[in-house]
Amino acid sequence: MERPLTENIRPGEPPLGLREYVERGGYEGLRLALQRTPLEIQREVTESGLRGRGGAGFPTGQKWSFVPMGPDARRPKYLVVNGDEMEPGTMKDRLLLEGDPHALIESTIIASYAIEADAAYIFLRWEYSTAAERLKAALAEAYDAGYVGRAIMGSGYSLEVHLHRSAGRYMCGEESGLLNALEGKRAIPRSKPPFPQAVGLWGQPTVVQNVETICNLRHIIRHGAEWFKGLSLTGEGGTKLYGASGKVRHPGVWELPLGTPLGELLHDHAGGMLPGHRFRGLLPGGASTAFMTPDHLDVAMDFTAPQRVGTRLGTGTMIVLDDRTCPVGLMHNLLRFFARESCGYCTPCREGLPWVARTLAAIEAGDGRESDLDILDHHVRMIRAGHTFCPLAPGAMAPLESALVHFRQDFEQHIRMGACPWR
Amino acid sequence: MLSDTERQEIEREIVHYPRARAAVAEALMVVQRHRGWVSDEAVRDVAALLEMTPDEVEGIATFYSMVFRQPVGRHIIHLCDSVSCWIMGQETLLEHLQRKLGIGFGETTADRRFTLIPAGCLGACDLAPVMRVDDDLYGHLTPAKLDEILERYP
Repeated sequence: MERPLTENIRPGEPPLGLREYVERGGYEGLRLALQRTPLEIQREVTESGLRGRGGAGFPTGQKWSFVPMGPDARRPKYLVVNGDEMEPGTMKDRLLLEGDPHALIESTIIASYAIEADAAYIFLRWEYSTAAERLKAALAEAYDAGYVGRAIMGSGYSLEVHLHRSAGRYMCGEESGLLNALEGKRAIPRSKPPFPQAVGLWGQPTVVQNVETICNLRHIIRHGAEWFKGLSLTGEGGTKLYGASGKVRHPGVWELPLGTPLGELLHDHAGGMLPGHRFRGLLPGGASTAFMTPDHLDVAMDFTAPQRVGTRLGTGTMIVLDDRTCPVGLMHNLLRFFARESCGYCTPCREGLPWVARTLAAIEAGDGRESDLDILDHHVRMIRAGHTFCPLAPGAMAPLESALVHFRQDFEQHIRMGACPWR
Repeated sequence: MLSDTERQEIEREIVHYPRARAAVAEALMVVQRHRGWVSDEAVRDVAALLEMTPDEVEGIATFYSMVFRQPVGRHIIHLCDSVSCWIMGQETLLEHLQRKLGIGFGETTADRRFTLIPAGCLGACDLAPVMRVDDDLYGHLTPAKLDEILERYP
Protein backbone atom coordinates (compact mmCIF):
# COMPACT_ATOMS: atom_id res chain seq x y z
CA MET A 1 0.00 0.00 0.00
CA GLU A 2 1.43 3.38 -0.99
CA ARG A 3 1.63 6.10 1.65
CA PRO A 4 3.00 9.12 -0.21
CA LEU A 5 2.11 11.75 2.40
CA THR A 6 3.85 10.00 5.26
CA GLU A 7 6.62 8.12 3.41
CA ASN A 8 9.33 10.31 4.95
CA ILE A 9 7.85 10.53 8.43
CA ARG A 10 9.65 8.60 11.15
CA PRO A 11 7.69 8.72 14.40
CA GLY A 12 9.68 10.11 17.30
CA GLU A 13 12.53 11.28 15.10
CA PRO A 14 13.30 14.69 13.64
CA PRO A 15 12.21 15.29 10.04
CA LEU A 16 14.45 14.82 7.02
CA GLY A 17 16.90 17.64 6.38
CA LEU A 18 17.28 19.00 2.87
CA ARG A 19 20.02 16.58 1.72
CA GLU A 20 18.18 13.46 2.82
CA TYR A 21 14.91 14.83 1.49
CA VAL A 22 16.42 15.41 -1.95
CA GLU A 23 18.07 11.97 -1.92
CA ARG A 24 14.61 10.48 -1.50
CA GLY A 25 13.17 12.30 -4.50
CA GLY A 26 12.45 15.57 -2.77
CA TYR A 27 12.00 18.69 -4.95
CA GLU A 28 11.69 16.41 -8.00
CA GLY A 29 8.00 17.29 -8.19
CA LEU A 30 8.91 20.97 -8.21
CA ARG A 31 11.54 20.45 -10.93
CA LEU A 32 8.97 18.65 -13.11
CA ALA A 33 6.30 21.26 -12.39
CA LEU A 34 8.54 24.11 -13.50
CA GLN A 35 9.02 22.37 -16.88
CA ARG A 36 5.30 22.66 -17.51
CA THR A 37 3.00 25.68 -17.74
CA PRO A 38 0.86 26.71 -14.74
CA LEU A 39 -2.29 25.84 -16.69
CA GLU A 40 -0.92 22.36 -17.41
CA ILE A 41 -0.40 21.88 -13.66
CA GLN A 42 -3.95 23.04 -13.03
CA ARG A 43 -5.27 20.54 -15.58
CA GLU A 44 -3.33 17.67 -14.04
CA VAL A 45 -4.63 18.49 -10.56
CA THR A 46 -8.20 18.86 -11.83
CA GLU A 47 -7.96 15.45 -13.53
CA SER A 48 -6.58 13.90 -10.34
CA GLY A 49 -9.85 14.72 -8.56
CA LEU A 50 -7.98 16.12 -5.53
CA ARG A 51 -10.44 17.60 -3.04
CA GLY A 52 -9.78 19.71 0.05
CA ARG A 53 -8.72 17.78 3.15
CA GLY A 54 -9.46 20.59 5.62
CA GLY A 55 -13.12 19.70 6.08
CA ALA A 56 -15.08 21.21 3.21
CA GLY A 57 -13.87 18.90 0.43
CA PHE A 58 -13.89 21.49 -2.33
CA PRO A 59 -12.19 20.31 -5.57
CA THR A 60 -8.74 21.90 -5.72
CA GLY A 61 -8.57 22.24 -9.51
CA GLN A 62 -11.91 24.00 -9.56
CA LYS A 63 -10.79 26.33 -6.77
CA TRP A 64 -7.75 27.32 -8.81
CA SER A 65 -9.79 27.81 -11.99
CA PHE A 66 -11.35 30.98 -10.56
CA VAL A 67 -7.95 32.69 -10.20
CA PRO A 68 -7.32 35.26 -12.95
CA MET A 69 -4.37 34.01 -14.99
CA GLY A 70 -1.99 35.32 -17.65
CA PRO A 71 -0.14 38.58 -18.23
CA ASP A 72 -3.22 40.76 -17.68
CA ALA A 73 -4.13 39.24 -14.31
CA ARG A 74 -4.00 41.48 -11.29
CA ARG A 75 -0.77 41.21 -9.29
CA PRO A 76 0.40 40.34 -6.77
CA LYS A 77 -1.38 37.03 -6.24
CA TYR A 78 -1.12 35.00 -3.07
CA LEU A 79 -1.14 31.39 -1.95
CA VAL A 80 -1.98 30.79 1.69
CA VAL A 81 -1.48 27.48 3.49
CA ASN A 82 -4.02 26.99 6.25
CA GLY A 83 -2.07 25.43 9.11
CA ASP A 84 -4.43 26.66 11.81
CA GLU A 85 -5.57 23.16 12.71
CA MET A 86 -7.81 23.51 15.76
CA GLU A 87 -10.90 21.47 14.93
CA PRO A 88 -11.53 19.47 18.11
CA GLY A 89 -10.44 15.88 17.65
CA THR A 90 -8.18 16.70 14.72
CA MET A 91 -4.43 16.02 14.83
CA LYS A 92 -3.53 15.17 11.25
CA ASP A 93 -1.90 18.34 9.87
CA ARG A 94 0.44 18.50 12.84
CA LEU A 95 1.85 15.13 11.75
CA LEU A 96 2.72 16.55 8.31
CA LEU A 97 3.92 19.93 9.60
CA GLU A 98 6.28 18.38 12.13
CA GLY A 99 7.09 15.22 10.22
CA ASP A 100 8.03 16.45 6.75
CA PRO A 101 8.33 20.25 6.50
CA HIS A 102 10.20 20.14 3.17
CA ALA A 103 7.31 18.22 1.62
CA LEU A 104 4.93 21.00 2.63
CA ILE A 105 7.29 23.67 1.31
CA GLU A 106 7.82 21.87 -2.02
CA SER A 107 4.09 21.41 -2.56
CA THR A 108 3.43 25.01 -1.51
CA ILE A 109 5.77 26.22 -4.25
CA ILE A 110 4.02 23.97 -6.79
CA ALA A 111 0.59 25.33 -5.79
CA SER A 112 1.94 28.87 -5.98
CA TYR A 113 3.39 28.24 -9.44
CA ALA A 114 0.07 26.79 -10.62
CA ILE A 115 -1.74 30.04 -9.84
CA GLU A 116 1.28 32.26 -10.65
CA ALA A 117 1.44 33.51 -7.07
CA ASP A 118 4.06 36.08 -6.11
CA ALA A 119 4.16 35.23 -2.43
CA ALA A 120 3.00 32.42 -0.19
CA TYR A 121 2.17 32.51 3.51
CA ILE A 122 2.14 29.45 5.72
CA PHE A 123 -0.40 30.35 8.42
CA LEU A 124 0.41 28.35 11.53
CA ARG A 125 -1.37 28.28 14.87
CA TRP A 126 0.77 29.48 17.77
CA GLU A 127 0.56 26.26 19.76
CA TYR A 128 2.33 24.31 16.99
CA SER A 129 5.72 25.53 18.15
CA THR A 130 7.64 22.39 17.15
CA ALA A 131 6.21 22.69 13.64
CA ALA A 132 7.20 26.37 13.58
CA GLU A 133 10.83 25.60 14.43
CA ARG A 134 11.06 22.81 11.88
CA LEU A 135 9.38 24.81 9.12
CA LYS A 136 11.62 27.78 9.80
CA ALA A 137 14.74 25.60 9.52
CA ALA A 138 13.49 23.86 6.36
CA LEU A 139 12.52 27.17 4.78
CA ALA A 140 16.01 28.57 5.40
CA GLU A 141 17.52 25.48 3.76
CA ALA A 142 15.16 25.79 0.78
CA TYR A 143 16.05 29.46 0.30
CA ASP A 144 19.79 28.68 0.46
CA ALA A 145 19.44 25.91 -2.10
CA GLY A 146 17.46 28.07 -4.54
CA TYR A 147 14.14 26.21 -4.22
CA VAL A 148 12.50 29.37 -2.92
CA GLY A 149 13.28 32.98 -3.81
CA ARG A 150 14.35 34.48 -7.11
CA ALA A 151 14.45 32.38 -10.32
CA ILE A 152 13.66 29.08 -8.63
CA MET A 153 15.87 26.21 -9.89
CA GLY A 154 17.03 28.41 -12.78
CA SER A 155 13.48 28.95 -14.05
CA GLY A 156 11.81 32.29 -14.68
CA TYR A 157 9.59 31.80 -11.63
CA SER A 158 10.20 33.67 -8.38
CA LEU A 159 8.36 33.22 -5.08
CA GLU A 160 8.72 34.39 -1.51
CA VAL A 161 7.45 32.01 1.18
CA HIS A 162 6.78 33.37 4.67
CA LEU A 163 5.85 31.65 7.89
CA HIS A 164 3.12 33.45 9.86
CA ARG A 165 2.57 32.35 13.44
CA SER A 166 -0.93 33.23 14.57
CA ALA A 167 -1.85 33.86 18.18
CA GLY A 168 -4.58 31.33 18.84
CA ARG A 169 -8.19 31.44 17.71
CA TYR A 170 -10.37 28.78 16.05
CA MET A 171 -11.89 31.38 13.71
CA CYS A 172 -8.51 31.80 12.00
CA GLY A 173 -9.07 28.39 10.42
CA GLU A 174 -12.05 29.72 8.48
CA GLU A 175 -10.75 30.88 5.12
CA SER A 176 -11.97 34.46 5.12
CA GLY A 177 -11.31 34.95 8.83
CA LEU A 178 -7.80 33.70 8.19
CA LEU A 179 -7.28 36.36 5.50
CA ASN A 180 -8.41 39.09 7.90
CA ALA A 181 -6.05 37.73 10.55
CA LEU A 182 -3.17 37.72 8.08
CA GLU A 183 -3.88 41.37 7.28
CA GLY A 184 -3.58 42.23 10.97
CA LYS A 185 -7.31 42.46 11.67
CA ARG A 186 -9.60 40.49 13.95
CA ALA A 187 -10.39 37.12 12.40
CA ILE A 188 -14.01 37.82 11.55
CA PRO A 189 -15.46 36.27 8.38
CA ARG A 190 -15.91 38.13 5.12
CA SER A 191 -19.01 38.11 2.99
CA LYS A 192 -18.80 35.83 -0.06
CA PRO A 193 -18.93 36.64 -2.93
CA PRO A 194 -16.47 37.98 -3.81
CA PHE A 195 -14.44 34.82 -3.29
CA PRO A 196 -10.78 35.00 -2.30
CA GLN A 197 -9.63 33.81 -5.73
CA ALA A 198 -10.84 37.18 -7.06
CA VAL A 199 -10.62 39.41 -3.98
CA GLY A 200 -8.52 37.88 -1.23
CA LEU A 201 -5.51 38.95 0.79
CA TRP A 202 -5.23 42.75 0.64
CA GLY A 203 -7.90 42.60 -2.06
CA GLN A 204 -5.69 40.54 -4.37
CA PRO A 205 -6.37 37.13 -5.98
CA THR A 206 -5.69 34.49 -3.32
CA VAL A 207 -6.03 30.76 -2.84
CA VAL A 208 -6.25 29.27 0.67
CA GLN A 209 -5.48 25.59 1.00
CA ASN A 210 -5.29 23.08 3.85
CA VAL A 211 -1.91 21.53 4.76
CA GLU A 212 -2.84 17.95 3.87
CA THR A 213 -4.40 19.00 0.56
CA ILE A 214 -1.26 20.90 -0.42
CA CYS A 215 1.03 18.02 0.51
CA ASN A 216 -0.53 15.82 -2.20
CA LEU A 217 0.61 18.12 -5.01
CA ARG A 218 4.24 17.08 -5.35
CA HIS A 219 3.13 13.45 -5.71
CA ILE A 220 0.44 14.25 -8.29
CA ILE A 221 3.03 16.07 -10.39
CA ARG A 222 5.58 13.27 -10.10
CA HIS A 223 3.26 10.34 -10.71
CA GLY A 224 0.29 11.82 -12.55
CA ALA A 225 -3.46 12.10 -12.13
CA GLU A 226 -4.16 8.45 -13.03
CA TRP A 227 -1.79 7.18 -10.35
CA PHE A 228 -3.44 9.48 -7.79
CA LYS A 229 -6.92 8.26 -8.68
CA GLY A 230 -5.73 4.68 -8.31
CA LEU A 231 -4.65 5.27 -4.71
CA SER A 232 -8.21 5.51 -3.43
CA LEU A 233 -10.68 2.68 -3.00
CA THR A 234 -13.68 4.52 -4.42
CA GLY A 235 -12.37 6.61 -7.30
CA GLU A 236 -12.24 9.99 -5.57
CA GLY A 237 -8.45 9.96 -5.62
CA GLY A 238 -5.58 9.76 -3.20
CA THR A 239 -4.94 8.65 0.33
CA LYS A 240 -6.34 10.30 3.44
CA LEU A 241 -4.97 10.86 6.89
CA TYR A 242 -7.54 9.20 9.12
CA GLY A 243 -7.41 9.17 12.87
CA ALA A 244 -9.26 8.21 16.02
CA SER A 245 -9.43 9.44 19.58
CA GLY A 246 -11.58 8.49 22.54
CA LYS A 247 -11.86 5.13 24.31
CA VAL A 248 -10.34 3.01 21.56
CA ARG A 249 -7.39 0.63 21.97
CA HIS A 250 -5.04 2.40 19.57
CA PRO A 251 -5.78 6.10 19.12
CA GLY A 252 -3.67 7.51 16.32
CA VAL A 253 -3.37 8.87 12.79
CA TRP A 254 -2.93 6.64 9.73
CA GLU A 255 -2.52 7.29 6.02
CA LEU A 256 -4.91 4.96 4.18
CA PRO A 257 -6.64 4.83 0.81
CA LEU A 258 -9.45 7.36 0.57
CA GLY A 259 -12.73 5.47 0.89
CA THR A 260 -11.58 3.06 3.60
CA PRO A 261 -14.75 1.75 5.31
CA LEU A 262 -15.61 3.13 8.72
CA GLY A 263 -15.63 -0.30 10.35
CA GLU A 264 -12.11 -1.00 9.14
CA LEU A 265 -10.90 2.30 10.59
CA LEU A 266 -12.53 1.61 13.92
CA HIS A 267 -11.68 -2.09 14.30
CA ASP A 268 -8.47 -2.71 12.33
CA HIS A 269 -6.67 0.59 12.77
CA ALA A 270 -8.03 2.00 16.03
CA GLY A 271 -8.08 -1.56 17.41
CA GLY A 272 -11.72 -1.44 18.49
CA MET A 273 -12.99 -0.23 21.84
CA LEU A 274 -11.06 -0.42 25.09
CA PRO A 275 -12.02 -3.45 27.18
CA GLY A 276 -15.28 -2.84 29.02
CA HIS A 277 -16.43 -0.14 26.62
CA ARG A 278 -19.13 -0.46 23.98
CA PHE A 279 -19.19 1.63 20.78
CA ARG A 280 -22.18 4.00 20.61
CA GLY A 281 -21.29 6.44 17.87
CA LEU A 282 -18.61 8.71 16.48
CA LEU A 283 -18.06 12.10 14.94
CA PRO A 284 -16.23 11.08 11.75
CA GLY A 285 -14.23 14.19 10.94
CA GLY A 286 -13.85 16.59 13.82
CA ALA A 287 -16.38 18.30 16.05
CA SER A 288 -18.37 19.89 13.21
CA THR A 289 -19.63 16.64 11.70
CA ALA A 290 -22.80 14.67 12.49
CA PHE A 291 -22.72 11.38 14.42
CA MET A 292 -22.33 8.03 12.74
CA THR A 293 -23.57 4.92 14.57
CA PRO A 294 -23.02 1.13 14.61
CA ASP A 295 -25.36 1.02 11.59
CA HIS A 296 -22.81 2.89 9.50
CA LEU A 297 -19.73 0.67 9.77
CA ASP A 298 -19.92 -0.28 6.08
CA VAL A 299 -19.82 3.33 4.87
CA ALA A 300 -16.81 4.11 2.67
CA MET A 301 -15.13 7.15 4.19
CA ASP A 302 -14.71 9.22 1.07
CA PHE A 303 -16.34 12.57 0.31
CA THR A 304 -19.65 11.25 -1.07
CA ALA A 305 -20.75 8.19 0.91
CA PRO A 306 -20.89 9.83 4.38
CA GLN A 307 -23.20 12.50 2.93
CA ARG A 308 -25.69 9.79 2.06
CA VAL A 309 -26.03 9.00 5.77
CA GLY A 310 -26.30 12.66 6.77
CA THR A 311 -22.74 13.46 7.75
CA ARG A 312 -19.43 14.48 6.19
CA LEU A 313 -15.88 13.18 5.94
CA GLY A 314 -14.76 16.48 7.50
CA THR A 315 -11.15 16.26 8.59
CA GLY A 316 -11.20 12.45 8.64
CA THR A 317 -10.20 12.18 12.29
CA MET A 318 -12.96 10.60 14.33
CA ILE A 319 -14.01 11.18 17.91
CA VAL A 320 -15.41 7.98 19.37
CA LEU A 321 -18.25 7.91 21.91
CA ASP A 322 -18.48 4.89 24.19
CA ASP A 323 -21.24 3.69 26.53
CA ARG A 324 -19.46 4.94 29.66
CA THR A 325 -19.30 8.53 28.40
CA CYS A 326 -22.35 10.78 28.63
CA PRO A 327 -23.53 12.05 25.23
CA VAL A 328 -25.13 15.12 26.84
CA GLY A 329 -21.86 15.95 28.60
CA LEU A 330 -20.01 15.48 25.34
CA MET A 331 -22.39 17.82 23.52
CA HIS A 332 -22.01 20.38 26.29
CA ASN A 333 -18.24 20.18 25.93
CA LEU A 334 -18.48 20.76 22.16
CA LEU A 335 -20.93 23.65 22.40
CA ARG A 336 -18.92 25.33 25.13
CA PHE A 337 -15.93 25.22 22.78
CA PHE A 338 -17.86 26.66 19.84
CA ALA A 339 -19.45 29.37 22.00
CA ARG A 340 -16.03 30.35 23.35
CA GLU A 341 -14.51 30.47 19.88
CA SER A 342 -17.34 32.42 18.24
CA CYS A 343 -15.83 35.63 16.89
CA GLY A 344 -19.00 37.51 17.85
CA TYR A 345 -19.57 38.99 14.43
CA CYS A 346 -23.02 37.63 13.66
CA THR A 347 -25.92 37.27 16.06
CA PRO A 348 -27.02 33.62 15.63
CA CYS A 349 -23.53 32.48 16.58
CA ARG A 350 -22.70 35.07 19.25
CA GLU A 351 -26.04 34.76 21.05
CA GLY A 352 -27.26 31.34 19.94
CA LEU A 353 -24.26 29.18 20.81
CA PRO A 354 -23.95 30.36 24.45
CA TRP A 355 -27.70 29.82 24.86
CA VAL A 356 -27.38 26.26 23.56
CA ALA A 357 -24.30 25.67 25.74
CA ARG A 358 -26.12 26.92 28.86
CA THR A 359 -29.15 24.78 28.08
CA LEU A 360 -26.94 21.70 27.71
CA ALA A 361 -25.12 22.58 30.94
CA ALA A 362 -28.46 22.74 32.74
CA ILE A 363 -29.60 19.37 31.40
CA GLU A 364 -26.25 17.77 32.28
CA ALA A 365 -26.42 19.26 35.79
CA GLY A 366 -29.89 17.83 36.32
CA ASP A 367 -31.69 21.17 36.04
CA GLY A 368 -33.20 20.47 32.61
CA ARG A 369 -36.87 20.83 31.72
CA GLU A 370 -38.97 19.21 28.98
CA SER A 371 -39.06 22.54 27.15
CA ASP A 372 -35.25 22.58 26.93
CA LEU A 373 -35.40 19.99 24.18
CA ASP A 374 -37.62 22.36 22.21
CA ILE A 375 -35.05 25.11 22.71
CA LEU A 376 -32.33 22.84 21.37
CA ASP A 377 -34.46 21.70 18.41
CA HIS A 378 -35.30 25.32 17.66
CA HIS A 379 -31.64 26.36 17.55
CA VAL A 380 -30.75 23.42 15.34
CA ARG A 381 -33.40 24.64 12.87
CA MET A 382 -32.45 28.30 13.06
CA ILE A 383 -28.65 28.26 13.21
CA ARG A 384 -27.87 26.90 9.79
CA ALA A 385 -26.02 27.80 6.63
CA GLY A 386 -27.48 30.94 5.12
CA HIS A 387 -28.42 32.37 8.53
CA THR A 388 -24.82 32.97 9.61
CA PHE A 389 -21.79 34.60 8.03
CA CYS A 390 -19.53 31.56 8.19
CA PRO A 391 -19.73 27.80 8.81
CA LEU A 392 -18.71 27.93 12.52
CA ALA A 393 -22.18 27.93 14.08
CA PRO A 394 -23.86 25.63 11.52
CA GLY A 395 -20.87 23.32 12.09
CA ALA A 396 -21.62 23.39 15.82
CA MET A 397 -25.22 22.35 15.14
CA ALA A 398 -24.27 19.29 13.05
CA PRO A 399 -23.26 17.04 15.98
CA LEU A 400 -26.10 18.43 18.15
CA GLU A 401 -28.80 17.77 15.56
CA SER A 402 -27.66 14.17 15.16
CA ALA A 403 -27.20 13.67 18.92
CA LEU A 404 -30.81 14.78 19.45
CA VAL A 405 -31.83 12.00 17.04
CA HIS A 406 -29.51 9.15 18.04
CA PHE A 407 -29.25 9.85 21.79
CA ARG A 408 -32.60 11.52 22.46
CA GLN A 409 -33.45 8.99 25.15
CA ASP A 410 -30.30 10.07 27.04
CA PHE A 411 -31.36 13.72 26.98
CA GLU A 412 -34.85 12.73 28.15
CA GLN A 413 -33.44 10.51 30.88
CA HIS A 414 -31.35 13.40 32.26
CA ILE A 415 -34.43 15.61 32.42
CA ARG A 416 -36.64 12.89 33.95
CA MET A 417 -34.08 11.86 36.59
CA GLY A 418 -32.94 15.40 37.31
CA ALA A 419 -29.37 14.11 37.14
CA CYS A 420 -26.72 12.76 34.81
CA PRO A 421 -26.85 8.95 34.96
CA TRP A 422 -23.10 8.80 34.31
CA ARG A 423 -22.09 10.87 37.32
CA MET B 1 9.25 52.04 25.23
CA LEU B 2 10.04 49.02 23.11
CA SER B 3 13.60 47.81 23.57
CA ASP B 4 15.97 47.83 20.60
CA THR B 5 15.79 44.04 20.48
CA GLU B 6 11.99 44.03 20.48
CA ARG B 7 11.89 46.68 17.80
CA GLN B 8 14.38 44.78 15.60
CA GLU B 9 12.47 41.52 16.01
CA ILE B 10 9.20 43.20 15.06
CA GLU B 11 10.80 44.89 12.07
CA ARG B 12 12.05 41.51 10.87
CA GLU B 13 8.38 40.40 10.76
CA ILE B 14 7.11 43.59 9.11
CA VAL B 15 9.22 43.01 5.99
CA HIS B 16 7.19 39.89 5.21
CA TYR B 17 4.10 41.97 4.47
CA PRO B 18 3.14 44.82 2.15
CA ARG B 19 1.60 46.63 5.16
CA ALA B 20 3.13 46.94 8.59
CA ARG B 21 -0.07 46.27 10.54
CA ALA B 22 -0.14 42.70 9.22
CA ALA B 23 2.60 41.98 11.73
CA VAL B 24 0.51 43.03 14.73
CA ALA B 25 -0.06 39.55 16.17
CA GLU B 26 3.62 38.73 15.78
CA ALA B 27 4.59 42.08 17.33
CA LEU B 28 2.44 41.40 20.39
CA MET B 29 3.98 37.97 20.76
CA VAL B 30 7.49 39.46 20.48
CA VAL B 31 6.71 41.80 23.36
CA GLN B 32 5.18 38.96 25.34
CA ARG B 33 8.19 36.71 24.80
CA HIS B 34 10.41 39.37 26.38
CA ARG B 35 8.11 40.60 29.16
CA GLY B 36 5.73 37.72 29.83
CA TRP B 37 2.65 39.81 29.05
CA VAL B 38 1.41 42.84 27.11
CA SER B 39 0.81 46.02 29.12
CA ASP B 40 -1.25 49.07 28.13
CA GLU B 41 1.99 50.87 27.45
CA ALA B 42 3.17 48.07 25.15
CA VAL B 43 -0.12 48.22 23.26
CA ARG B 44 0.48 51.93 22.64
CA ASP B 45 4.10 51.36 21.60
CA VAL B 46 3.21 48.57 19.17
CA ALA B 47 0.44 50.77 17.75
CA ALA B 48 2.88 53.62 17.15
CA LEU B 49 5.39 51.34 15.45
CA LEU B 50 2.77 49.76 13.15
CA GLU B 51 0.94 53.02 12.46
CA MET B 52 -2.25 51.76 14.07
CA THR B 53 -4.39 53.29 16.79
CA PRO B 54 -4.03 51.82 20.30
CA ASP B 55 -7.69 50.76 20.09
CA GLU B 56 -7.02 48.75 16.96
CA VAL B 57 -4.12 46.97 18.62
CA GLU B 58 -6.20 46.39 21.74
CA GLY B 59 -8.91 44.83 19.55
CA ILE B 60 -6.34 42.36 18.25
CA ALA B 61 -4.69 41.74 21.61
CA THR B 62 -7.98 40.82 23.27
CA PHE B 63 -9.11 38.71 20.32
CA TYR B 64 -6.30 36.19 20.48
CA SER B 65 -6.19 33.69 23.31
CA MET B 66 -2.39 33.54 23.40
CA VAL B 67 -1.92 37.26 24.07
CA PHE B 68 -1.91 37.96 27.81
CA ARG B 69 -3.20 41.40 28.77
CA GLN B 70 -2.40 40.94 32.45
CA PRO B 71 0.67 39.61 34.25
CA VAL B 72 0.98 35.84 34.32
CA GLY B 73 3.08 33.35 36.26
CA ARG B 74 6.54 32.15 35.30
CA HIS B 75 5.03 29.10 33.61
CA ILE B 76 1.80 28.76 31.66
CA ILE B 77 -0.18 25.55 31.93
CA HIS B 78 -2.50 25.16 28.97
CA LEU B 79 -4.80 22.28 29.83
CA CYS B 80 -6.75 21.08 26.81
CA ASP B 81 -10.47 21.05 27.58
CA SER B 82 -11.74 19.99 24.16
CA VAL B 83 -13.76 16.91 23.44
CA SER B 84 -11.19 14.10 23.10
CA CYS B 85 -9.39 15.14 26.26
CA TRP B 86 -12.74 15.51 28.04
CA ILE B 87 -13.66 11.92 27.11
CA MET B 88 -10.28 10.76 28.41
CA GLY B 89 -10.64 12.32 31.84
CA GLN B 90 -9.66 15.98 31.56
CA GLU B 91 -12.11 16.98 34.33
CA THR B 92 -10.26 14.80 36.86
CA LEU B 93 -7.00 16.50 35.89
CA LEU B 94 -8.54 19.94 36.26
CA GLU B 95 -9.89 19.10 39.72
CA HIS B 96 -6.47 17.76 40.68
CA LEU B 97 -4.72 20.90 39.43
CA GLN B 98 -7.21 23.17 41.17
CA ARG B 99 -6.66 21.35 44.47
CA LYS B 100 -2.90 21.18 44.09
CA LEU B 101 -2.33 24.76 42.95
CA GLY B 102 -5.30 26.43 44.61
CA ILE B 103 -6.28 28.21 41.39
CA GLY B 104 -8.87 27.84 38.66
CA PHE B 105 -8.77 28.63 34.97
CA GLY B 106 -7.50 32.15 34.31
CA GLU B 107 -5.74 32.44 37.67
CA THR B 108 -2.13 32.59 38.85
CA THR B 109 -0.66 30.99 41.96
CA ALA B 110 0.27 33.33 44.80
CA ASP B 111 3.98 32.55 44.30
CA ARG B 112 3.55 33.51 40.60
CA ARG B 113 4.89 30.13 39.55
CA PHE B 114 1.95 28.94 37.43
CA THR B 115 -0.93 30.40 35.46
CA LEU B 116 -3.65 27.91 34.47
CA ILE B 117 -5.48 28.45 31.18
CA PRO B 118 -7.89 26.27 29.18
CA ALA B 119 -6.69 25.42 25.69
CA GLY B 120 -8.76 24.61 22.63
CA CYS B 121 -7.87 21.30 21.00
CA LEU B 122 -4.05 21.05 20.92
CA GLY B 123 -4.01 18.64 17.97
CA ALA B 124 -2.67 15.70 19.94
CA CYS B 125 -5.96 13.87 20.55
CA ASP B 126 -4.29 10.46 20.17
CA LEU B 127 -2.33 11.30 23.34
CA ALA B 128 -5.37 12.61 25.27
CA PRO B 129 -5.59 13.98 27.85
CA VAL B 130 -2.89 16.53 27.03
CA MET B 131 -1.53 19.87 28.20
CA ARG B 132 1.19 22.30 27.26
CA VAL B 133 3.50 23.76 29.88
CA ASP B 134 5.19 26.73 28.23
CA ASP B 135 6.28 25.26 24.86
CA ASP B 136 6.30 21.61 25.93
CA LEU B 137 3.49 19.18 25.09
CA TYR B 138 2.61 16.34 27.47
CA GLY B 139 0.17 13.50 26.80
CA HIS B 140 -1.41 10.45 28.45
CA LEU B 141 -1.72 12.54 31.61
CA THR B 142 -2.72 11.20 35.00
CA PRO B 143 -2.76 13.12 38.29
CA ALA B 144 0.50 11.39 39.33
CA LYS B 145 2.17 12.20 36.02
CA LEU B 146 0.98 15.80 36.32
CA ASP B 147 2.65 16.15 39.70
CA GLU B 148 5.89 14.80 38.36
CA ILE B 149 5.86 17.07 35.27
CA LEU B 150 5.15 20.25 37.25
CA GLU B 151 8.24 19.57 39.38
CA ARG B 152 10.33 20.36 36.30
CA TYR B 153 9.06 23.96 36.25
CA PRO B 154 10.47 25.82 39.28
